[in-house]
Amino acid sequence: MSQYLLAVNGSAADVEAQAQMTMEEIQPIFEAVNVFNEKLKAEGAWVFAGGLQPIESTTTVDNTGAETVITDGPFVESKEWIGGFWVIEAPDLDAALKWAAEGSKACAGRVEVRPFQDEPEA
Amino acid sequence: MSDAGAAVDRIYREEYGRVVASLVRRFGDLDLAEDAAAEALLVALERWPVDGVPPNPGGWLTTTAGNRAIDRIRRESHRDAKHQAALKMYDDTPHEPTGLVEDDRLRLIFTCCHPALAPEARVALTLRLLGGLTVAEIAQAFLVPETTMAQRITRAKRKIKDAHIPFRVPAADDLPTRLAAVLAVVYLVFNEGYLSSSADADPMREDLTAEAIRLSRILRALLPEEPEVAGLLALMLLTEARRTVRVAGGELVPLHEQDRGGWDRALIAEGHDLVRECLARALRTGQGPGQYQLLAAINAVHTDAPEASATDWSQIAALYAQLYAVAPTPIVALNRAVATAELDGPEVALAEVDRLPGIQPSLTTYHAWHATRADLLRRLGRSAEARAAYDAAIAATENSAERAYLSRRRGSLAP
Repeated sequence: MSQYLLAVNGSAADVEAQAQMTMEEIQPIFEAVNVFNEKLKAEGAWVFAGGLQPIESTTTVDNTGAETVITDGPFVESKEWIGGFWVIEAPDLDAALKWAAEGSKACAGRVEVRPFQDEPEA
Repeated sequence: MSDAGAAVDRIYREEYGRVVASLVRRFGDLDLAEDAAAEALLVALERWPVDGVPPNPGGWLTTTAGNRAIDRIRRESHRDAKHQAALKMYDDTPHEPTGLVEDDRLRLIFTCCHPALAPEARVALTLRLLGGLTVAEIAQAFLVPETTMAQRITRAKRKIKDAHIPFRVPAADDLPTRLAAVLAVVYLVFNEGYLSSSADADPMREDLTAEAIRLSRILRALLPEEPEVAGLLALMLLTEARRTVRVAGGELVPLHEQDRGGWDRALIAEGHDLVRECLARALRTGQGPGQYQLLAAINAVHTDAPEASATDWSQIAALYAQLYAVAPTPIVALNRAVATAELDGPEVALAEVDRLPGIQPSLTTYHAWHATRADLLRRLGRSAEARAAYDAAIAATENSAERAYLSRRRGSLAP
């Protein structure tokens, strides 16, 4: 079994569009994501998942130099950033892609699938 | 190279895909499989000229390569426990039944053509691992520097390993789309060979068309009931049959001017048999033919005509209409217009052709769109417009044989 990050990425436009949505529009997405989460758990694929606060809430900490430098915002400016994610267990990429397709439908967003490094051998 | 050396090389090339695929199944590691296969070749080059070629050279190569792989794993095992784990994991483990004929090469081609890999990487990996072409040969075929091609292949292999792209024939519900990706790779290799898109390459690349046909014969043997596999093989055979008369004196010879006596009758007969088989299967199963079968059928109609004037254009137009229903692309519509010109005259066809960029504006950079227009305008006696269209067609293609043909056509226009 390998672990994969299913990252839900969004742009400023996506965030803006979501902010415009009414509760009636958002509710079915919440429900679909819940159903998806329960399915992940029932099939033993669930490791961890979460939604993140907006990108503006990011703080960057750099302690690679002599002093710890703390700055507001992300280190690299980008057009898209991660808004939420799942970490799942899957036997191979095909299985992970199937979960990603379901997750994408459920949360109504694009999903990037990225494998974790294998754990080093003991 | 000595005769014996050349024979070893030929057999090795023939068996390479099978050897590598078997090692990948056993050891789950593409690099290890390739290295072991290369070592087995060195042993064969040393032994076979002396001892003679073994009765089952493929089996001999697989066994020798397998032993080399195990030696290597043992050598490295003290610092790399992973390979040892791989040895345990992959050694003759039965695979999940998928209800399909299992063959290591079939698994491998689905891995090479996985949708998670970039399309150009799929082509390169397939030619490298299944076709046994060297990185240098593949780089040459696609006219990129060898280092670029090596990087492309290394990156793809790395992704297969890191992302755990499985070595498996897809489950039945995924098979149609995944098979379509495999067939697209094979057809792309063929087309690059049949009409090279580059100015520097030969207009025809026999090595690539032959490789595509070889890959497609393997697929056909492994998936005998897949109609589109048969369709693609038929299409390529019927196209390949005309290869030798398709270019004369460095100039492209269009279908209606080709010397039909120069066509390869054996390939045509085989292609026609496959098309008939597809037709019978479609009737039996009620499943309509896909794009490769329809293209094969169109080529069957062309190759059935003893001379160009005997071509059954109404059947060709009907097949293009059917193809357009399956694959509604402007290129199909463009080809359908060629049949329209024969049936309803060039004026009707020209109106059709001129409508197409409204659907797909990028057609105006496609050489065949300009070439088709040029020919229709020529037939309508509209020389000035035809001349401009030939110029646009010449500017849009890099293929030297095609340019030569278009230039001659342009030169023969009435003033």
